[in-house]
Amino acid sequence: MSQLLKDYIKVKKHNFRIGVKKARLSKSCYLFLAPYAIIFTMFYILPVVISIVFGFTYYNILEAPRFVGLQNYISLFLEDDIFLISIKNTFMIAIITGPLGYIGSFLFAWLINELPRWVRSVAVVVFYAPSIAGNCYVIFSVFFRGDAYGYVNAFLMNIGIIDTPQLWLIDPRYMLPVCMGVILWMSLGAGFLSFVAGLQGIDKAQYEAGYVDGIKNRWQELWFITLPNMKPMLMFGAVMSITQAFGVCEVTMALCGYPSTDYAARTIVTHLFDYGFSRFEMGYACSIATILFLMMILCNKAIQSLLSRVGT
Amino acid sequence: MSDMKNNNMAENQNISAEVQEAETEVVETETAPKASLIDEETDVLKATVVKEPSVKKTKKSKKGKDDEEQVYHKPLIKRRKPNRSIAGDLFLYLFLVLVAIVMFFPIIYAVEAALKPLDELYKFPPRIFAQNPTFDNFSDLFVTMSKSWVSFSRYLFNTVFITGVGTAGHLIAASMAAFVLAKYEFPGGKTFFKIVTVAMMFTGYVTGIPNYIIMSKLHMIDTYWAIIIPAFALPMGLFLMKQFMEGLPTSLIEAAKIDGATEWCVFSKIVMPNVKPAWLTLIIFSVQALWNNPASTVIYSEEMKTLPFAMRQIQAGGIARTGEAAAVLVVLMIVPIAIFIFSESQILETMASSGLKD
Repeated sequence: MSQLLKDYIKVKKHNFRIGVKKARLSKSCYLFLAPYAIIFTMFYILPVVISIVFGFTYYNILEAPRFVGLQNYISLFLEDDIFLISIKNTFMIAIITGPLGYIGSFLFAWLINELPRWVRSVAVVVFYAPSIAGNCYVIFSVFFRGDAYGYVNAFLMNIGIIDTPQLWLIDPRYMLPVCMGVILWMSLGAGFLSFVAGLQGIDKAQYEAGYVDGIKNRWQELWFITLPNMKPMLMFGAVMSITQAFGVCEVTMALCGYPSTDYAARTIVTHLFDYGFSRFEMGYACSIATILFLMMILCNKAIQSLLSRVGT
Repeated sequence: MSDMKNNNMAENQNISAEVQEAETEVVETETAPKASLIDEETDVLKATVVKEPSVKKTKKSKKGKDDEEQVYHKPLIKRRKPNRSIAGDLFLYLFLVLVAIVMFFPIIYAVEAALKPLDELYKFPPRIFAQNPTFDNFSDLFVTMSKSWVSFSRYLFNTVFITGVGTAGHLIAASMAAFVLAKYEFPGGKTFFKIVTVAMMFTGYVTGIPNYIIMSKLHMIDTYWAIIIPAFALPMGLFLMKQFMEGLPTSLIEAAKIDGATEWCVFSKIVMPNVKPAWLTLIIFSVQALWNNPASTVIYSEEMKTLPFAMRQIQAGGIARTGEAAAVLVVLMIVPIAIFIFSESQILETMASSGLKD
């Protein structure tokens, strides 16, 4: 047994030495990597570590952080009702807009794929524009204005569905659906581009081969040829849409206000901002950030393992 | 063989050939089983047309061989769409057009609102298109806001500066890192890239609070650098650049090295000019992230604040400022959209290699 262990250590040592030697030989590689790596470590890796560590402390920037154990997490889940509302809202938004936006991205990419070249490029601009148009979503606050002059109210009253103007952005019943609609409007983002490009890249010969092998209809074509070819892009698109779905805050803050009525449009990120930048309870905010981080990573891993089964 | 035939037929059958061709194509679509027979016919006929003395056609005759092959494959490709009906297609296209209108309507509306004079903005019933379009709202931005504490041009400058410097730095840093990650193997390289892909999975909001703490320790709060420096290391840019650079032939780099080029020389003279499509992609994503960044959490001084923040303030100005708010909105959204329109094909080329392998 001890012999085995010794051998194991020997091999490890040997590997390590080889690694060091290789690293010495590729000095210039590290030089190239250095600028990016330093900034990346500082502003992307370190913050995650910090938020995990500070999640266990009470910290308000002025005083030194004080260790409080799991207190932050306990009060988050047991005492903070608003946090529970925000988790519920975030999940509602993520579960509805995430998959819908993702499927929509693929569907539209697939539908415009066979259009002539120039039509396709116009269509890509039209579908992609909302997601890069920046703050354009604030225009929806004009459409959904609460009085009878708001376009949506006026339209619905004219055709007789409602008889009094609805306060779309103030009434807790309508806030989330309206926000979801706006988020869906913006959801054809980087994933959509990736799908369009991926569909263009599929070898046409594969379809002919598939036809010879007895593919009967377009659904089979989609399942057996298109989707397996698109798998890497599907993964990429999934990452993009999950990240987006959990990070919702700007739309809800711009449309429903901050804070919103009855906290009906509060998401986890809004809660995070509230505690981080309004109350400066950094420890508490860090524990929220850690929860959000874990949720995103776990959800991504789950979806990826699900997607790896596509087309098999 | 068929070419010789064509030469004889060419003189007298030009016009009739065209007519016949049109006819046979109709037949071709209807009767698939006879494909092979018709194929030969169309082949001959097409080649006949080719010999016409017009300039366009002679160009075609140079590619005669390709044409023949294409014509040979044609029926197969046509049969590839098994259950598509015209009604179904029409329905799909109608649906697409409808969705496209819904998608684009708010943007059109925003642009039109910016062009409307004040009396038209509150007209009832409302109109989508401005009847007397003016650029008054845009000039008002500079005129009215020049009297305020911080002029509009200052906000504009802040945003342009942040976007420009941030994008340039991101482009350089990310492509340098992507180059070595894509083309060399060294200890730690693969792990680093994996970490970057994981970083794509959480948004900037997760790191927002700790970033604030780090920046306050570095005394970067309330400077432009608080937004610019983190943007240098956007994970998405490195990811896309690395994936695209992997498609570059390694022999190109080896050849340059044999000719005595240094590492930096290979990077700046060989690799960078060859990945121009990826540049544009990085630029669009970085501009999109920076141009719309309100940055209200890390910048406090009024004269350093950005355009999205200014927009919120103008909007808060109420009814009198509606036109100007719409104008700022247009300024904010037109830049990323314009960049995207001009670089669409290159961006799509890059995105083709964007796949995430497990």
